Amino acid sequence: MNQQAQVSDRQPGPAARPSGGPTKVFAPWTEADAKPLVEFVDVRKVFGDFTAVNGVSLKIYPREFFALLGPSGCGKTTLLRMLAGFETPTSGKILLDGQDISGIPANRRPINMMFQSYALFPHLSVAANIAFGLKRSALPRQEIAGRTEEMLQLVQMTQFAHRKPHQLSGGQRQRVALARALAKNPKLLLLDEPLGALDAKLREQTQFELMNIQEKLGTTFVIVTHDQEEAMTVSSRIGLMSHGSLAQVATPPQIYENPVSRFVADFIGDVNIIEGKSGGVIARDGEEFVEFHRPGDESVFVARASEPVAPQTDCCLAVRPEKIAVTREKPADAANALTGHVHDIAYVGNLSTYHVRLADGSIVKAQEANRRRIANREITWEDEVWLSWTPGAGVVLAR
Amino acid sequence: MNRFRRTLLIAVPYLWLLLFFLAPFIIVVKISLSDTAIAQPPYVPVFDPALGWAGLKDFLSALDLESYVWLTQDSLYINAFLESLKIALISTSLCLLVAFPLALGIARTSPKRRPVLLMMVILPFWTSFLIRVYAWIGILRSEGFLNQFLQWTGVISEPLAIINTPVAVYVGIVYSYLPFMVLPIYATLEKMDGSLLEAAIDLGCSRTSAFWRITLPLAAPGIIAGCFLVFIPAMGEFVIPDLLGGTGTLMMGKTLWSEFFSNRDWPVASAVAIVLLLFLVVPIVAFQRMLERQQEAAR
Ligand SMILES: Nc1ncnc2c1ncn2[C@@H]1O[C@H](COP(=O)(O)OP(=O)(O)OP(=O)(O)O)[C@@H](O)[C@H]1O
Ligand SMILES: [Mg+2]
Repeated sequence: MNQQAQVSDRQPGPAARPSGGPTKVFAPWTEADAKPLVEFVDVRKVFGDFTAVNGVSLKIYPREFFALLGPSGCGKTTLLRMLAGFETPTSGKILLDGQDISGIPANRRPINMMFQSYALFPHLSVAANIAFGLKRSALPRQEIAGRTEEMLQLVQMTQFAHRKPHQLSGGQRQRVALARALAKNPKLLLLDEPLGALDAKLREQTQFELMNIQEKLGTTFVIVTHDQEEAMTVSSRIGLMSHGSLAQVATPPQIYENPVSRFVADFIGDVNIIEGKSGGVIARDGEEFVEFHRPGDESVFVARASEPVAPQTDCCLAVRPEKIAVTREKPADAANALTGHVHDIAYVGNLSTYHVRLADGSIVKAQEANRRRIANREITWEDEVWLSWTPGAGVVLAR
Repeated sequence: MNRFRRTLLIAVPYLWLLLFFLAPFIIVVKISLSDTAIAQPPYVPVFDPALGWAGLKDFLSALDLESYVWLTQDSLYINAFLESLKIALISTSLCLLVAFPLALGIARTSPKRRPVLLMMVILPFWTSFLIRVYAWIGILRSEGFLNQFLQWTGVISEPLAIINTPVAVYVGIVYSYLPFMVLPIYATLEKMDGSLLEAAIDLGCSRTSAFWRITLPLAAPGIIAGCFLVFIPAMGEFVIPDLLGGTGTLMMGKTLWSEFFSNRDWPVASAVAIVLLLFLVVPIVAFQRMLERQQEAAR
């Protein structure tokens, strides 16, 4: 897709702007009367004596681009396969448009899936692959041909219509698989690591194509990925899974800024975890903050809490490295400050990450943009430095 | 030096083919063009290099197509050929019917159990072919295990006449060549990505239609390979029709044998062999072509 098309497509996305009325942010999960397209109700799946999915309850709304994220083996694929109908939940139920779909076999669900391996039929041409699902329905032949053509255009594969899958590149195969899964105009499209086989450059470009197509068609997408950047880029909301259950479901900024547990903070992006005990709740500039104490350190730290934390509980303070400033002198009015020695500096061109060793031996990472040339940098190895951050930068986590 | 070595490397297999395939083939062609004689060897002319150029001329002028003409004049040969064709086609089809579910079953079991099942398919090869065919005589004859068992269970009161009928020949061929059908089909099915069937079902296929539209077309190369591997040797089969088929079953292989050993008519026997070979060259070449195309597609 060319850049022009990308830009013009993204502006009036149907998902972002319902017809008429003033521009409204797309956030049906905040609306009390919004009807979910998919609802998982306490779904469990047990294989032998192994629980792959453990009590998942989740609502996914029409037109959402929902990402299931998590480490390998946490049950993402299993959850998706239950939705597609290839696995049956051991307990709990799955509703589609408010109706229990447990009795509906996979081939009659209005749900299509794009497989991780693409699963293109090797003996059929690109066009025949795309038409495969349409031919299984009662559509007249003319309409099937028209729809196939439309899909070929959507993924820009018209000139490859007569090729066989083995004559295509990885990116082209991915597009055919997408077109085939979208051809029947499903209510819900499931994508299991759709970009896993592509290289980094193509992957990034394809992410934007996926978003464009999703906005153009207004189909609800559920994507599985273990790449957190990909999930942050494409999705309206992320469901982060861990050992078969959902650790947090939130929008990309929320999950990054307000993680509810160490696991979430650690999985999404880079984070410093500082162990300690919570203190009292205080108010500053009309916002509520929690005090935090480090063992063997009389200074008081101030941070937000994504969930209420009782005083004197063991907890941790999570701060993103890019929110920590590094200075040689102690900043005068910093809400949070720590001192240590520069242990290491990791230089990656646009950014430098300072690994600072505290008195107790733990390492805290601070990241700064390299606005100046590296030769002019004033901080170097083994320097004593101060790390400081604002009250809003850190989060106190009890879990 | 390097070129010399490369030429040598290529020359070795060619020499091998020349010595062990082309030379015997030319000898058989030559015999088929000769006439029978009560002599040692039992045909004339015999090439004698000592006679020089004139001798070679005489030798060549004595060769003729008489034996081939003879094949068309006696209906025995045409009938034997048609009978061979019929038996080979029927037993190849039966073999496919038995082998496909077997191969599918093995390909669908857990990878841990597959080697054991494959072993069981191959295991009979470890004993002599001849002994295994004799064993079938013991099973199929009127006082054999099969009839005794069926009579014991009361399914039949009189023993079934199976031995010395075409049925026994089908049983023998299907049994003997089953692994040649199972293995190529298994190889294609085992390579098949399981998510293809799921994708077909996801797109609206029932399990049966997914089988016809995906599994079967993808197994086609294995099925075709297996059919060739069974059909080609079955066409010239001698031992099985001889031991199990009795005198009533006349196949090309048996005709060839009796021409050689009973009639001592080497030229006609050689002509039968050449005709059979020419007939089989067509499927063999087709088979080679298919393998080449497959390899190209796989690349
Ligand atoms: N059919 C099955 N039988 C037994 N165990 C299974 C089966 N399918 C999945 N599992 C197990 O369930 C767990 C979750 O599997 P799942 O495929 O859902 O993980 P995932 O989150 O998709 O991981 P990945 O990112 O590696 O794809 C794994 O530990 C897996 O071994
Ligand atoms: Mg998976």
